[in-house]
Amino acid sequence: MKKIEIITRTFKLDDVKTALAGAGVKGMTVAEVKGFGRQGGHKEVYRGAEYQVDFVPKIKIDVVVEDGLAGQVVEAARKAAHTGQVGDGKIFVSPVEEVVRIRTGETGDDAV
Amino acid sequence: MNVADNAFILICAALVMFMTPGLALFYGGLVRSKNVLATIMQSFIMLGLMSVLWAVIGYTLSFGHDIGGIIGGLDFAFLNGVGMDNVGSPAENLPHMTFMIFQCMFAVITPALISGAFAERMKFGGFMVFSALWLILVYAPMCHWVWGGGWMGQMGALDFAGGAVVHMSSGAAALCCAILIGKRKGHGSTAFIPHNLPMTILGAAILWFGWFGFNAGSALAADGLAANAFVTTHMAAAAAALSWIVAEWVHGGKATTLGAASGAVAGLVAITPAAGFITPMWAIVLGLAAGVVCYGGIMLKNRFGYDDALDVVGIHGVGGTFGALATGVLATVGAEGLIAGNAHQVWVQFVSVVATWGFCFAMTFVIFKAVDATIGLRATDEEQDRGMDVSEHSETGYQM
Repeated sequence: MKKIEIITRTFKLDDVKTALAGAGVKGMTVAEVKGFGRQGGHKEVYRGAEYQVDFVPKIKIDVVVEDGLAGQVVEAARKAAHTGQVGDGKIFVSPVEEVVRIRTGETGDDAV
Repeated sequence: MNVADNAFILICAALVMFMTPGLALFYGGLVRSKNVLATIMQSFIMLGLMSVLWAVIGYTLSFGHDIGGIIGGLDFAFLNGVGMDNVGSPAENLPHMTFMIFQCMFAVITPALISGAFAERMKFGGFMVFSALWLILVYAPMCHWVWGGGWMGQMGALDFAGGAVVHMSSGAAALCCAILIGKRKGHGSTAFIPHNLPMTILGAAILWFGWFGFNAGSALAADGLAANAFVTTHMAAAAAALSWIVAEWVHGGKATTLGAASGAVAGLVAITPAAGFITPMWAIVLGLAAGVVCYGGIMLKNRFGYDDALDVVGIHGVGGTFGALATGVLATVGAEGLIAGNAHQVWVQFVSVVATWGFCFAMTFVIFKAVDATIGLRATDEEQDRGMDVSEHSETGYQM
């Protein structure tokens, strides 16, 4: 099994979700996160006082899939999240040792 | 006694009461989320503390029989002789109680205004004692001088609804407090970003709404003068909201919602002394100027290096002063200013400005030092790090 973490633009959440579902993903976990990379932050001004805000809001989507599905899921996510501008995000893929479905106690691929 | 006037002023008193929770939201949104409750509390609890103090001692010190033009006597202590009829009422058309409770609401909001200067770093216990002393030693004398038969009113200083009594006094106190308490921990290195501007905008809107009671009610009758004050108040706020965002657009590149809200409040502050003395068109001119002047006013703290956290000096101090001087120039309704050929009025206004700043700053200095030495006013660095909500009140504004 593979865990696929997708960091994407906030407004791309719906597109990526739809693409992942189309690629056979049956569940996902989504979080609002902040971070910075090459995109850099932005300036905010309150009553004339300027602040540099380094952390940019992003969406992080976690999915775990069977090994055989990982390639097409990553490709679907990449296509859906792509704009071509700096700040499109990243996808991390890592191996997962075990998965347990809490309700039934099933493990491994059956539990994904 | 006039029943229509009575009905109007009672409603105005309720409107002015609503300004204090409005101010609580205005200030609450501007601080960081860990200080939202402590900041709101410093306004809200004034409804408790100041109201009781006003009934017991504040009202009589302000409106009791004049003693040497300096302070009121103790005739109305514990509201003795303040009844349902107009006996002893400074406004013959109103029940004495109506006049008293209308004035009470002014006494509530004034110390609350100061709290913006020392927001995010003052201990609650010391704050309560400081505010109680401030009402008795600063607000009551100021109120007596201007409206209670004291020397400033006798001199002919024009202050329709509290430019000196409410705004300059709180602005001067704010400057003194900001200097004495010192900067917030992390000032200059940490970003003090407002945590909830929608809350601030709502607060500004409530202030604007309540201000109709404040200014129109200061006519103390349901008459044409009240209508004039209502209209000038609205026009000045509107014009200042516009001119502030234009100023920041030109100066900083963008028009902001916080700028619109701040500008509206600046306009309301500046029109307060003038509301019943100038015409609507001059109110628009005054408002346009006030937005730009107060935008400049908030820059002062960066130049001089004091941490007036929520810009009480820049908006209330500078705006109140500007309004008081502008009243001396623009008065044509029921009084004569410079444009009506009475240059002397400008001088009278100038004297009242200097006296108000001098007295309020000096007396605030004494009160602050006394309370700081005995009870303590500044929260420790650790307490500021945790946030005043947890360290002073054992609660937080927002659960995850």
